[in-house]
Amino acid sequence: MSLWEFANPRRFMAFTDRWMPVALVLSAICLVVGLIWGFFFTPDDFRQGSTVKIIYLHVPSAMMAINAWVMMLVASLIWLIRRHHVSALAARAAAPVGVTFTLIALFTGAIWGQPMWGTWWAWEPRLTSFLILFLFYLGYVALWEAIEDPDTAADLTSILCLVGSVFALLSRYAVNFWNQGLHQGATLSLDAEENISDVFYFPLLVCIAGFILLFVGLVFMRTRTEIRARRLHALELRERMRDA
Amino acid sequence: MIAILRRDLRLAIRAGGGFGLALVFFLIVVVLVPFAVGPDTDRLSVIAPGVLWLGALLACLLSLDRLFATDAEDGSLELMATAPVPLEGVVLAKAIAHWMTTGLPLALVAPALGILLALPVQAVPVLTLGLLIGTPALSMIGSFGAALTVGLKRGGLLLSLLVLPLYVPTLIFGALAAASAAEGQAWQTPLLLLAGITLGSLALLPFAGAGALRVNLR
Repeated sequence: MSLWEFANPRRFMAFTDRWMPVALVLSAICLVVGLIWGFFFTPDDFRQGSTVKIIYLHVPSAMMAINAWVMMLVASLIWLIRRHHVSALAARAAAPVGVTFTLIALFTGAIWGQPMWGTWWAWEPRLTSFLILFLFYLGYVALWEAIEDPDTAADLTSILCLVGSVFALLSRYAVNFWNQGLHQGATLSLDAEENISDVFYFPLLVCIAGFILLFVGLVFMRTRTEIRARRLHALELRERMRDA
Repeated sequence: MIAILRRDLRLAIRAGGGFGLALVFFLIVVVLVPFAVGPDTDRLSVIAPGVLWLGALLACLLSLDRLFATDAEDGSLELMATAPVPLEGVVLAKAIAHWMTTGLPLALVAPALGILLALPVQAVPVLTLGLLIGTPALSMIGSFGAALTVGLKRGGLLLSLLVLPLYVPTLIFGALAAASAAEGQAWQTPLLLLAGITLGSLALLPFAGAGALRVNLR
């Protein structure tokens, strides 16, 4: 079994038919457990008080906002190189989910920033690059919506995704030159000895797992919708051909 | 390639090409700024580099949607695609022609407009140099966007939505170089990074633009 088997829409539908509910249910369990654990059974932070608890929404959604773009990039590459339609549809399906995660990250950040930094918004590298990422998402979605022919749309959005990734990275590091940072450093990194205190760390991991599964489940669901829409369209065309 | 460049330049300069429109737009934007923020020269000199860069960026955007659209309408784009010149070369030539009719004149009049906005004298050459270095990237990125949206009926608005986020790094480094020069700080680093973006765009984006054109001509 390899990833390429799912290039066949029928295989993909059969696979997701079984695993989409699993991903969604597991995600719900993880989110319920992680959020309740995080909100009610962890102590308040020494300096931040109870506002620290927004981390359980903010960090996972910010992580997934970036990972969704990376997934779209990989799917676009697969479409451009191997012309698997499911891949292009998955990229299309992931974009609105990524937009939502980006918005959640921006809003929870603003809600946290108001009491902590004394401002809803600061023109600061991390915040700004996230806003730019949001604009890239919007452009990508708008281009998909604007083009009627599905294959042309898939091609053009894939090219945009590749170019956009380069420029998003450029912007990410360009903004570092432009203003000083206010945002704290990375909360989680693989090479740090201790990231944050274990009390906060474990519920956070559960929440991250929940968000990843939620993303997977939603992308499956939306890709299935896209595939069905594509089939319906084909059926309609066939009907019209027969009538004519 | 040189033939395409010549043809585009000639089309732009002769009547109806809209040559100079971008320049007038740039001038009007700069003239409107003091009305918007007040005639206080201290304040104007602080925002002058940013305003000039933003004006240049918008003026550049103004003529982008016609870059490939007119050629696609009358079929000459298909002829160019079947010509012995690779499509990448066509995209590059058209981007250069676009730059010579918008970016270059903008950069040349920028010193005069900078003085209107009370830009400190030591920043004027840096601003001009920055615009000279940076506007080719604007034209190149813009021609990529124009290639993406060439098949669309109302591509103009979508084009700005796609292209403006891509302009962010160019704008940051360009405005930063001029602003640091105005404050008497080192301005070489942002200028070098700006040159890097321009060279990178010139080297890579013709391929992306030509890819998009091929899809649209299919």
